[in-house]
Amino acid sequence: MAFFFEVVLGGLLAGVLYSLVALGFVLIFKASGVFNFAQGAMVLFAALTLVRLTEWLPFWAAFAVSCLVMIALAWVIERVVLRHLVNQEGIILFMATLGIAFFLEGFGQTIWGSDIYTLDLGIPKEPSFILESIFDGGLLVDKLDVFAAVVASALVLGLALFFQKTKVGLALRAVADDHQAAQSIGVPLDYIWLIVWSAAGIVALVAGMVWGAKLGVQFSIALVALKALPVLILGGFTSVPGAIIGGLLIGMGEKLSEVYFGPIVGGGIENWFAYMLVLVVLLFRPQGLFGDRVIERV
Amino acid sequence: MFYRENGQFKTSYAADQAIFPILLDRIAIMAILLVAFLVVPLVATQYVYTGILIPFLILALATIGLNLLTGYCGQVSLGTGAFMAVGAYAAYNLVLRLPGMNLLVAFALAGGISALVGVLFGLPSLRIKGFYLAVATLAAQFFIDWVFIRIKWFTNYATNATAPELLLFGLPLDSAMRRYLVTLAIVVVMALIAKNLVRGATGRAWMAVRDMDIAAEIIGIRLLRTKLIAFAVSSFYCGVAGALWGFMHLGAWEPLTFDVNRSFQVLFMVIIGGVGSILGSFLGAAFIFAVPILINQVPAALGVPISTALSSHLEAMIFGAMIIFFLIVEPHGFARLWQLGKEKLRLWPLPH
Repeated sequence: MAFFFEVVLGGLLAGVLYSLVALGFVLIFKASGVFNFAQGAMVLFAALTLVRLTEWLPFWAAFAVSCLVMIALAWVIERVVLRHLVNQEGIILFMATLGIAFFLEGFGQTIWGSDIYTLDLGIPKEPSFILESIFDGGLLVDKLDVFAAVVASALVLGLALFFQKTKVGLALRAVADDHQAAQSIGVPLDYIWLIVWSAAGIVALVAGMVWGAKLGVQFSIALVALKALPVLILGGFTSVPGAIIGGLLIGMGEKLSEVYFGPIVGGGIENWFAYMLVLVVLLFRPQGLFGDRVIERV
Repeated sequence: MFYRENGQFKTSYAADQAIFPILLDRIAIMAILLVAFLVVPLVATQYVYTGILIPFLILALATIGLNLLTGYCGQVSLGTGAFMAVGAYAAYNLVLRLPGMNLLVAFALAGGISALVGVLFGLPSLRIKGFYLAVATLAAQFFIDWVFIRIKWFTNYATNATAPELLLFGLPLDSAMRRYLVTLAIVVVMALIAKNLVRGATGRAWMAVRDMDIAAEIIGIRLLRTKLIAFAVSSFYCGVAGALWGFMHLGAWEPLTFDVNRSFQVLFMVIIGGVGSILGSFLGAAFIFAVPILINQVPAALGVPISTALSSHLEAMIFGAMIIFFLIVEPHGFARLWQLGKEKLRLWPLPH
């Protein structure tokens, strides 16, 4: 039984890491209707920036500079790409973000190098045991995962407050609801997009920091985006809590299936299990668990 | 000046329904086919066949396949690579386990198997739309990747699948030229079929579904049937393309040949070429296929020594920048440019 809970807990904590990436997707989709495939590349770029800057600067300074870099990146993306593609179909914007993804992957590795860098957050690597009073021997937990969970919760709380309580957040929700209506009452669209992409950039930075500490900063963390997609559609493209709960469900499902079902079919199923799970869920709820229902009119 | 429709009167129903109604189009197509079938074999070198022409033609075929689904029926798919993989491994197993099977029959059956798989993964399309569907097709991609890596029976317990000696009607396809000609013939026939398909009732139903599926349903188009036909035909094309990629281009391949990057590559070709255009499929395939080759050649030609890692990063950067640039300048792709050019030519040299 303790083993089962350990697997579940490990899955939940891994799920938080997926949620961190999915969150960036949701932010941008919510506010601009752009399915931003470059989120993974942004995670990579942010992590590379951070890890190379920590070589010269203390960590907090490197983090601040990386934040500025991500905001500058958001500004460039808005200026160079999005502004020219206003009113294009979703698929065109999606392809443009694929272009951004290619560019960022190449650009990041050209200026920051393409080795594997280790990012040390000062968190001890050795796992710890919790709940020893309930389970015999306790449950094995990775401290880094716990750190990630705390960071993710703080981030979600911050974003929720930002969306609900500030004036900019109100404008963001207006834009998400209807671009044209928001524009007509004087919400500056380009400014809002800049804010959203900056926010997504900073979420990418946090995700990159955690993933980088876990896996080492290297090209493969750009592929984390592919892991986050099922989370995204399970939770719904438009829901911040959906991204979190979707992440938890996927993380847990993945670990449980890998442990209990994987050996039967030969292992390595974590690459597609989440997608298949999501496919089945979508058959019953086409907009994901928490997404807005799309009402179509002829 | 010469390119115009006026004066070309149609005096029969057959002429009115011709696939290429403009005389100059017909002449151009015939000329291109003549060059491709007769002139190219006289001048092309080994590298031109194996490095450029054969892969280009096969990718164009896959692009047509995806374009039928995405461009005409409006169902975005990121599973092209998977359907190509199904085609490739189906053809491999058919030839392996049923020795003496005609190669063309094997390709057709491989396409058929791929179509079945396509229908299976197309079933959710009735409920799931837009980007949700795109991500759902990734399920096909990752699942099929896994199947061919983990289930060893499909690869005959080897890491790489190796195409057998290719025989077509007793003629060995041992030279690049012969493989090129066979590939070309298959691609030309299938492109013509696709062109006709989209002009007919099927294609019109697809386009109605693409433009608005609820409205299409109201005017009496059966949605599920139409979407599934689109998935089946598209996967058939991709399956044949995959089989050709394995047999005619690579000879031996690993499952990663058909991974998600292949799907993105083909999707790029569709978008850059023009969504909903058969001609655009060829143009897009040529562009996306040629750009990385050219980018690779430039530093070498200039004599600038750069490391392979740097050059691959630069390649990704330039490729990404070109995609963005192209989308901004002409979001509807080469097919649209060609159309604009045609409009201009009609009025040239006296535009009003």
